Amino acid sequence: MKHIKTLNEKTLNSTVKKGGCGECQTSCQSACKTSCTVGNQTCENNK
Amino acid sequence: MIHQFRNNGYNIVLDVHSGSVHVVDDLVYEVIERLDHGLENDKIVKELENTWQPGEILEALDECRELKEKGMLFTEDVYRGPVLDFKKRKTVVKALCLHVAHDCNLSCRYCFAGEGEYHGSRGLMSLETGKKALDFLVENSGSRKNLEVDFFGGEPLLNFGVVKELVAYGRELEKKADKHFRFTLTTNGVLLGKEVAEFANRELDNVVLSLDGRKEVNDAMRPFPNGKGSYDLIVPKFQEFVRERGDRQYYVRGTFTHYNLDFSKDILHYADLGFDRLSMEPVVAPPEAGYAIREEDLETICAQYDELAVEMLKRKKEGRGFTFFHFMIDLTGGPCVYKRMSGCGSGTEYLAVTPWGDLYPCHQFVGEEKFRLGSVDEGITNQALVDEFKCCNVYSKPKCAECFARYYCSGGCAANSWHFHGTINDAYDIGCVLQRKRVECALMIKAAEAEMNE
Repeated sequence: MKHIKTLNEKTLNSTVKKGGCGECQTSCQSACKTSCTVGNQTCENNK
Repeated sequence: MIHQFRNNGYNIVLDVHSGSVHVVDDLVYEVIERLDHGLENDKIVKELENTWQPGEILEALDECRELKEKGMLFTEDVYRGPVLDFKKRKTVVKALCLHVAHDCNLSCRYCFAGEGEYHGSRGLMSLETGKKALDFLVENSGSRKNLEVDFFGGEPLLNFGVVKELVAYGRELEKKADKHFRFTLTTNGVLLGKEVAEFANRELDNVVLSLDGRKEVNDAMRPFPNGKGSYDLIVPKFQEFVRERGDRQYYVRGTFTHYNLDFSKDILHYADLGFDRLSMEPVVAPPEAGYAIREEDLETICAQYDELAVEMLKRKKEGRGFTFFHFMIDLTGGPCVYKRMSGCGSGTEYLAVTPWGDLYPCHQFVGEEKFRLGSVDEGITNQALVDEFKCCNVYSKPKCAECFARYYCSGGCAANSWHFHGTINDAYDIGCVLQRKRVECALMIKAAEAEMNE
């Protein structure tokens, strides 16, 4: 595309079917403890 | 739902429901704004033809149409259905915050744990209670393989003997129950030494090292009980620890307050000390506290995040980059939408255990008697409260419905919501503003990195 550069091809919708296994890290265990951040977490199934 | 913003010279469009992130030129930026307001193509051409050629505008419209057809622009919310099913799901416990010490050797002025006491009395967790907690975790984890245990406090190294024995016990349980424990430790560093470092580097998946940045900032908020600052003692210990840790995970983590609104300098100070995995959280405090973040601070704080993001990119180009926890965003391998809707798992998947074995929804609820869920001896006795937490998600919070960042914070911190609004189904407004800003900065960094890689 000439005017648009998309940074990510995979969409959230694609995780509806296979998601929800729950093996991923609990967000508060990493480095926050006083907020809630999940966008930076990694899917355990993608490792 | 669309969120578009300009940051550091980039025009960024986030398609909220698909999570697609587009970097666009000025023309498309204007076009998308108008499409979002429901304008027809001919009206858009008319509005923009003084600045751009009609042919170009049509080309931009065509690109937008293509993305829409691919499900990457103006997508609808299709998750509400799965959420309802999700709420009925059986949850298992997969993470514990083990308060091995309700005591501390520092007297940090903002401590939500009240110098380790958590509205209660001081005390250390016994080995027996700790073992029962790990047993409870294994028994309530269903088929979940990866289990997390954070040694927390107070200062957990005040009870280091029990920490070591619990890790050894966990390793036995792993074999028996076919589980994998990820142990982590959050420490102020006062008791960090060779023995702890060797143990941590062998056994702990992550170590969080608490430091607030520049000496004067750290020492003002993180003194010893006698008032003396802690910086000079802990910084060399942290530096040595991190050198020995090699590639294993750690974070240097701090808290900024109303007293150091120029906190980007503190984060850069970490980097200048040689640390490269950094986190810095805004203090969460009652509004009457002098150090509490106020609404009038938000503009300054947001500008600080912008400054930090630009400096991070500069340092990355110079080959001395670092990661900042709140700007990390995984656009390709990030969490599934279920995780993004349901949040931290407090009260369901994630529980805190006091030194006496009482269970709470998370470390921030410890000591709030009405949030006691049970104990490691009795198990969960307040199922109604667990169910309340289970239903806490981005759709249960009216504020989240309007917010573009909801799939990045997953509805925010339940404890903050309760402390500020008396319910876990609201959101801590100051935290929301800062979360949105951090998501924007994180996306800008991704845009800039994509350009660097071209």
